[in-house]
Amino acid sequence: MTESHSEAVAGAWSGGGSPYAMGHKKLGMWLFIVSDVMTFTALLMAYSYSRVANPDWPRHVFPIWPAIAFSTTMTVVLLASSLTMVMAVAAAHRGNRGATVKWLLATMAGGLIFCALHITEWFHLIEEGVRLFRNPWGSPLFGATFFGITGLHMTHVMCGVFYLGVIAFGFGTSRFSDEDVEVSGLYWHFVDLVWMFVFPMVYLMSVKY
Amino acid sequence: MSAALAEAPPETRVHYLNANYGIKSWLLTTDHKRIALLYLASITLMFFVGGAMAVMMRIHLIDPAGALVHPDTYNKLFTMHGVMMIFFFLIPSIPAVLGNFLVPIMVGAKDLAFPRINLLSWYIFIIGASLTLYAMVSGGVDTGWTFYTPYSTTYANSQVMATALGVFVSGFSSILTGLNFIVTIHKMRAPGLTWFRMPLFLWAIYATSIIQVLGTPVVAIAIFLIGLERLFHVGIFDPAVGGDPILFQHLFWFYSHPAVYIMILPGMGVISEIITCFSRKKIFGYHFVAFSSMAIAVISFLVWGHHMFVTGMSVYAALIFSVLSFLVAIPSAIKVFNWTATLYQGSISYEAPMLYALGFIGLFTMGGLTGLFLASLATDVHLNGTYFIVAHFHYIMVGGAVMAYLGGIHFWWPKISGRMFPDTWARLAAAIVFIGFNLTFFPQFMLGYLGMPRRYATYPAEFQVLNVMSSAGASILGLGYMIPLIYLFWSIRYGPVAPANPWRAKGLEWQTSSPPPTQNFEVPPVVTEEAYAYGPPGSGREGAHD
Repeated sequence: MTESHSEAVAGAWSGGGSPYAMGHKKLGMWLFIVSDVMTFTALLMAYSYSRVANPDWPRHVFPIWPAIAFSTTMTVVLLASSLTMVMAVAAAHRGNRGATVKWLLATMAGGLIFCALHITEWFHLIEEGVRLFRNPWGSPLFGATFFGITGLHMTHVMCGVFYLGVIAFGFGTSRFSDEDVEVSGLYWHFVDLVWMFVFPMVYLMSVKY
Repeated sequence: MSAALAEAPPETRVHYLNANYGIKSWLLTTDHKRIALLYLASITLMFFVGGAMAVMMRIHLIDPAGALVHPDTYNKLFTMHGVMMIFFFLIPSIPAVLGNFLVPIMVGAKDLAFPRINLLSWYIFIIGASLTLYAMVSGGVDTGWTFYTPYSTTYANSQVMATALGVFVSGFSSILTGLNFIVTIHKMRAPGLTWFRMPLFLWAIYATSIIQVLGTPVVAIAIFLIGLERLFHVGIFDPAVGGDPILFQHLFWFYSHPAVYIMILPGMGVISEIITCFSRKKIFGYHFVAFSSMAIAVISFLVWGHHMFVTGMSVYAALIFSVLSFLVAIPSAIKVFNWTATLYQGSISYEAPMLYALGFIGLFTMGGLTGLFLASLATDVHLNGTYFIVAHFHYIMVGGAVMAYLGGIHFWWPKISGRMFPDTWARLAAAIVFIGFNLTFFPQFMLGYLGMPRRYATYPAEFQVLNVMSSAGASILGLGYMIPLIYLFWSIRYGPVAPANPWRAKGLEWQTSSPPPTQNFEVPPVVTEEAYAYGPPGSGREGAHD
């Protein structure tokens, strides 16, 4: 290998941080997200398969009020919390610790409101007779997939709220860097993005009209 | 540098093994080398537990009516043999032991990117292994390692929950280890260590890690659903309420076929290191070998359907899966051809690691080519569910992965322990393993072709000769595995002190002392040459640093 050739190769692809100019934690979080995408993919595939394979699948079950109204509000809240997360990351990059913590708390509040609305929505369904293994409308798998998917997603939101709490405390007390805030933001946006698949696939495809 | 360090006996020098003592210095360590040894001890235990099950099965099958255990116990033996060996030995074997030890040293770093997550992975692994061992002693599990529904969800009265939970938990260990390796290889390479200067072991580990990160969550969900099904009977795999047992097979094999490559790809990386060193030659076609690892990682996700040809899947889907399964053989074949081309005109010497590597090439080739029989739709109908399958995957997993693991353990043992093993014993053990392996599993190809189904506790008398041959081979194989266990332990205390580079090999790990200091390198290394820069044969420069 000639000297100029090896230098050319050694450019972006040599040792150290290249080719991705990002820290360990950020790359690690991206890989975790890719991995977790597969978790939800597996569940959503199982759901889609069961739905297609069962002619008696309940396809018109969520009325505009309360189910769709609630889930739409939840979607808006979660999207808004992604916006506050962006503000938190921007504030952290500016070095404004007070503003960062405030935006992070707002994001956490968004997550908590989402969970509260979601649990209320769960109770609506439970009142109507939907259980893990039976429901009044058709294929008993409906309940299992509904609670399975939304439950796993809600667990992710809860974990995210706790994670952001740790980050807010650590960043407020100067123990974490702005990159740590950004990494937690990646997770939060990912949880938000998952909902953007869950919402149409679970709710909007089953509107009662 | 290396010569001076080699002369100092390990007792007078501070290295990772004697840097500090006590149980806490091991159980709370974040040193990747010590964590590698924790894994080594844990998976060796699991290997011999799983091996004991295999011994009992082979004793049982000496007699057509079954010689040793009740048929129900036999079901538990093959199930737990599979679970132990696959989830708790083969999957962590090369990545978690050799990968943990070598990845940071090969990239020239002090440790992995996330040392504490690395320790966490080991603890998660131990929790999973404990649950599985608990399942074993509290009655065992009899579903087969594949946990096929509806048997596992509805009918089995054995410890399915504890075993499934054990496998589920250990999956997170696998994901975190893979994540750690990818970040380390991306971010922590020493100055000058470009991607195409990396040892092929790193490429193999990188490809393996991608599969671990992408595949494991899916099997986690599949096993989680088995748990839900058993606990609450939600019905997703139960046809009585509209579920589908085949859905489980899709989810399971979506991970478990790539998992086969989690087991074999790191072995291929080990072989590339050993073949080059003991034929004193540069690898033939570096880029092809590197990219074939990546190709295997990608294609491995597209072939899971070939486990399900007889489940009544659509003929068109089966056709596609068949073609894709043939496709995945191409990168494997590229590797085999490139290894043999590397051997061509090399100055070959037959040290113990090289014997294992050569054994690997032959046995892996046989295992791979018989895989093509099974990828062909028509022959698969005849061979599916027979001993032919058992023989095929043992040629890959034992003839391939375990041979590579043992070869790697011998190759890097001087680096890991600072001691040399007795070479004569090691060569003898390698020969015994090779002979015992072939005697155990070659008759199983014939048994399967003649129609003997796998997983049966009894068989027609006409199959007895081949079964007795297989059992005789298993006893030889068992002996072959015991010998290294004994002399490697012996060498820790009595073996001759190893120099820094006993094989005159290339690679950063041979430039630091044996055993390495806790921070791996006294001076951070700079890489100025390609991997395997052994001089041309006969030039007198075949040796690396002397």
